[in-house]
Amino acid sequence: MRMDLIQPFINAADAVFAESLQGPTRIGDLAMEEGAYRRKGIAALIAIKGDIEGRIILDLAPEVARKVAAILTGSDDADEQVARETVCELANMVIGNSVTLLNDQGYTFKVFPPEIHTSDQGLAGSQDTEAMVLAIETTCGNIFLNIAMHHLARRRRERDLAPVAR
Amino acid sequence: MPQFAALLRKDSQPVRYLVVDDSVFARKNIIKMVELFGGEVAGEAGDGLTAIAEFNRTKPDIVLMDITMPQMEGIEAVERIVRQHPEARIVMVSSVGYQENILAALQKGAKHFVQKPVKPEVLYEILRYVLSDDPSAAGAPVALAGEHRS
Repeated sequence: MRMDLIQPFINAADAVFAESLQGPTRIGDLAMEEGAYRRKGIAALIAIKGDIEGRIILDLAPEVARKVAAILTGSDDADEQVARETVCELANMVIGNSVTLLNDQGYTFKVFPPEIHTSDQGLAGSQDTEAMVLAIETTCGNIFLNIAMHHLARRRRERDLAPVAR
Repeated sequence: MPQFAALLRKDSQPVRYLVVDDSVFARKNIIKMVELFGGEVAGEAGDGLTAIAEFNRTKPDIVLMDITMPQMEGIEAVERIVRQHPEARIVMVSSVGYQENILAALQKGAKHFVQKPVKPEVLYEILRYVLSDDPSAAGAPVALAGEHRS
């Protein structure tokens, strides 16, 4: 597993949740995904294409999503629609910040807008795909990040070897 | 508990904003902030194409534009708006803050860039800076607009 690819997502998630929720966060359990992905609640999926390809799912239990949404909207409670919007935007921020960190390391890729992931099962990990689940502990409850991606090393090598026009 | 002095136009009217983001939640957040700064929402859009139409309809003082959106992305929308309206003042608001993206947006005519999650105090300073360059708007704050509870 390439931790140099995963670490920016962990750092970005930790920073975004701490900033957004204005409270302490802690990186909890970290595990490799062996079987197919099983959704825990309200989940947003973001696809990435480029030097690194794959997808990231941000997954919150419904009651955690509503608590987070209530904090971010400054209200006492949030309905499911607002909770979904909140999860999508949080995913967008986490992935955007991670991509920024990875881009600074020389990787280039495109990020697609988040989509609410509704099926109970998602994409499974494979030999070529690194899939990891991590829990971020917040004051609202655990927020899960499921990262499945692979590094297109050959494409990167070809690009690096391509003659540069002068 | 930071307070924000109102950012007003030179004619003492509120600054009018067009808020562009495909996330309703993100738009609401930005709108809360600009209202905290004494501003007024001229329009909203969820993609680049709608943003162009809304710009032509509302002629806002400032556009706050996301980058990653369906149909037409923010950077292309900036290019098209600025081509038609070179005086347009557009601030990019995106979670994707790498240099390539920022440079592309600035080259197409955006005035500034702020990364999500947006801190109100950071957005405020950027708006103040962008407005200070606007001959039709007063960049200096003139009155207390509200309070921000963090």
